[in-house]
Amino acid sequence: MHASTATAVKDFRDDARSRFLRIDPLMLVATIGLIAASIYVVGTATHDDRPGDPNYFLYRQAAYAGIGFVLMLLMTRFDYSRLREWKLGIYAFLIASILLVYAVGVSARGSKRAISLPFFSLQPSELGKVLLVVSLAGFMVDRIRRLNDRETTSRLVLLAVIPAMLVIGQPDLGSGLVYLAILGAILFIAGTPWTHFAALGALVAAAIVVVLIAAPAVGVEVLKPYQKDRLTAFLSPGENQSKEAYQVNQSLTAIGSGGKTGRGDEATQTRLDFLPEHHTDFVFSVVGEEFGFVGAALVLSLFALLIWRALRTLTIAKNFYGALVAGGITAMLMFQVFVNVGMTIGIMPITGIPLPLVSYGGSSVITTLIAIGLLQSIHAQARETAAVKRL
Amino acid sequence: MYLDNERRPTLTPKLAFRVAVVGGVALLMFSVIFFRLWYLQVLSGDSYVDAARDNRVREIKVQAPRGEIVDRHGVPLVENRHSFSIKLSPDKLPASRTDRHEVYTRLGKLLGLKPARLQRRVERELRLLPYSKPTVKQDVGPNYLAYILERQDEFPGVEPESEFLREYPHGVIGAHLFGQIGEVNPEELKDPRFNGVSMGDRIGKAGIEAEYDRFLRGVNGAAKVEVDALGNLTKTLRREQPKQGQQLRLSLDLNVQRVAQQALAGGTGKGAFAVMNVQNGEVLALGSQPSFDPNIFSKPISQKKLNALTSEELGNPLFDRAIQGGYPTGSTFKLITATAALKSGLITPSTPLSDPGSLTVGGVTFENAGKVAHGVLSLVPALTVSSDVFFYQLGRDMNEKGMPLQLWAHRLGIGRKTGIDLPAESPGLLPTPKWRDGLYNHKPRLTERPWAVGDNINLSVGQGDLQANPLQMAVAYAAIANGGRVLRPRLGLRIEDATGRALQQLDAPTARRVKISAANRTAILEGLRGAASAPGGTSTPVFEGFPIPIAGKTGTAEWTGRPDQSWYVALAPYPNPRYVVAVTDEAGGFGADTAAPMTRRILAALFDVKETGLVQGGGAPD
Repeated sequence: MHASTATAVKDFRDDARSRFLRIDPLMLVATIGLIAASIYVVGTATHDDRPGDPNYFLYRQAAYAGIGFVLMLLMTRFDYSRLREWKLGIYAFLIASILLVYAVGVSARGSKRAISLPFFSLQPSELGKVLLVVSLAGFMVDRIRRLNDRETTSRLVLLAVIPAMLVIGQPDLGSGLVYLAILGAILFIAGTPWTHFAALGALVAAAIVVVLIAAPAVGVEVLKPYQKDRLTAFLSPGENQSKEAYQVNQSLTAIGSGGKTGRGDEATQTRLDFLPEHHTDFVFSVVGEEFGFVGAALVLSLFALLIWRALRTLTIAKNFYGALVAGGITAMLMFQVFVNVGMTIGIMPITGIPLPLVSYGGSSVITTLIAIGLLQSIHAQARETAAVKRL
Repeated sequence: MYLDNERRPTLTPKLAFRVAVVGGVALLMFSVIFFRLWYLQVLSGDSYVDAARDNRVREIKVQAPRGEIVDRHGVPLVENRHSFSIKLSPDKLPASRTDRHEVYTRLGKLLGLKPARLQRRVERELRLLPYSKPTVKQDVGPNYLAYILERQDEFPGVEPESEFLREYPHGVIGAHLFGQIGEVNPEELKDPRFNGVSMGDRIGKAGIEAEYDRFLRGVNGAAKVEVDALGNLTKTLRREQPKQGQQLRLSLDLNVQRVAQQALAGGTGKGAFAVMNVQNGEVLALGSQPSFDPNIFSKPISQKKLNALTSEELGNPLFDRAIQGGYPTGSTFKLITATAALKSGLITPSTPLSDPGSLTVGGVTFENAGKVAHGVLSLVPALTVSSDVFFYQLGRDMNEKGMPLQLWAHRLGIGRKTGIDLPAESPGLLPTPKWRDGLYNHKPRLTERPWAVGDNINLSVGQGDLQANPLQMAVAYAAIANGGRVLRPRLGLRIEDATGRALQQLDAPTARRVKISAANRTAILEGLRGAASAPGGTSTPVFEGFPIPIAGKTGTAEWTGRPDQSWYVALAPYPNPRYVVAVTDEAGGFGADTAAPMTRRILAALFDVKETGLVQGGGAPD
């Protein structure tokens, strides 16, 4: 009895340790590298933003990263497959939290995105990204045998479009687009037939035509004027007089002036506030200005490493649910990195999407770290399964 | 525990393919981003460095104060006053029309201007000069300045600018001489005279300010400052101090000028005077009545006020009668007639001519003023009593080939610009056969007859079509007094630094020489001396008891339908004159009535004579 208890405890410890040892070290390196870059860049960029409190953003970002890191480690040891059983609850929580924002949310710059908590304001749309991944993957797995059914695809689309529309209405266009990217990735990885994608593509094209051209022509503005400005400003930043074109121009100037190795302390675009939102949406421009091509390339390489490891995790997942979750998270990271960086270098519209892990903001940093924790959990369990099989 | 179908021990080919697609997409996107970054940072980095510098570095022009203008004793006549004006920076105004309108509304409310009118004016100015900074209001008080600076978010694009305004401590004294300054216009910018002047700079537009602009202008300074995105100054990078323009010392004597203007103001309301050194052409006083206060031009002036300054009813105060006026000069012209007659050999100083009281030529009778007969007289008494008939005969006899009267009058400066250092001089008119015949043949509406001998007879006594101004008369008299040097009158004496140390002497070469023999000069001056001192002299009563011996000639120009115009030109001290004083009052009657007493007051100031009583006008008609 004694012995068996002792053995059980030891087994559990071994189990936990070995599971931790089975995480992906390269993914961990990329994560830590990006977090470190974020704390440093947010710290220098915001040094003069709050008179008398130069480290305000630095300390807060470090705290978010700390909390997120702990949550990530906990997720590593968590059996992600449980989430599949909880999918309905998770989905209900997702919708409820977004609706809660409509009810009690606090406004910031014309949009209601966050719920005010002590010490922290939570953005459910950020946490929603990972909630959507795990619930949507669950719904997908349930209907995996009827993959070729149009109903399967329609259900999944409906399940993703409802929260996407709700957050776009806040208005938070960026998060809504991330939800749709997650939907696309899960359908794609699950193996949805190409014909369904073709139909969806046609629907999206029709929606764009309606939203941008047809509806305004008959007097119905689906997007707010500033949203439309943001989406079209990058096409001609030189001529456009809007605030968005100004932001794109300042961002290009910041990145371009960074040159090969950056301007360091001479980074006047950031220091003198010419670069707007320099610790949030345009943090990559700060990297570009302060550290030049070398620094920007380093940060991008860390993202490339992270995405490569995420895709690899997808391929080794021990079950289909894990593969779908990994696929959803990969899409979530990829989409955000490309749209955010693309925006700062003038090849993507301004959609208010943060750069994962690097942009200042608790909800985004913690959500991303939880998502990476999930990836690590999938990775660890896959390695464990493989080890068992070898025995 | 788990459903079978979710177990997926091996990677199916289909999944592998789809993951490969996702990886391919990631690869493609990373390459696009890398190429774009390479292009931005490595290939075009330098131009973005420039753009970042343009973003943060602003060059602020620091206006240089203009040089001051002082009188011959160093008394300031034109100074600078530091002030603030409210300007608009078009590139910082809000982009949206309604926001801009709000700024105009706030500004209008603050400054007491009508917003709509303000907006119209600013937008019109911007259309004309697209990159200028329109001035909203000049010379605002420090309260407004602080109010706007503290509320830059409510007043985007509204910028107070430090500015120097001209100030004229003596008001109307010398008002016609100084001229105005104003912002340089695009045409002037192309002129090589304005090298180094840039858009928005203020230059002399008229008068002394224009004539000596290159000395008075100064060199603007510049401050290079670093600003943040809100336009707040973060640090000064480099500063070049502005250099004030050089000081200009005029030959003007403020005291003489003031006395002269006061004397003129005591007349009929319209007139002019010139006081000049007969040896070197230095102008000690030059003025026109009515005058104005040039301080009103330091700021934009309303159309109504401007209209008042040019209205005929109010005497057109802006018109400088001393150099732009054109009047018949009456008997003061006789000096010129005498010179012409002597130089052409028609008479000698002792040639006797008979004055029976009138002269009839071609059926027209020309009479002496007052219809008196002076009998037989030579040049000296003829000048003293101002015999018209004596000069009528000279005019009649000089109406011959070569027109000696016009020839010598022209050489003495009648009908041409004196060349004074003021830009707006007018030449006046010396009537000649060519002029009248030309009018008669080509513009018959202006005259009903060709040249006749009567024209020359009229000219000989300064009547008829002659148009001359006091400065021209002063120059002609000075030439006779100094033995034939026709001077170029000068106001500018020298260029100095701010402490009054001379940097450059300004001198004007003599315009022409007209040889006048000592004998002729003596005879003419003697005649003039008699006119101001001998019994029967036209202005003897006026100069009774004046301690400085003077020689002077009265003149009464006749106008049809208007009172006579009073003239007086004096040379003093006799017999070796230093100064010439020429005065006219447009409706002053006989020369001795108004112009001569005015001249006495001016001479008193010039020679520092303490006068005890009021100067009485009156004397013989001339």
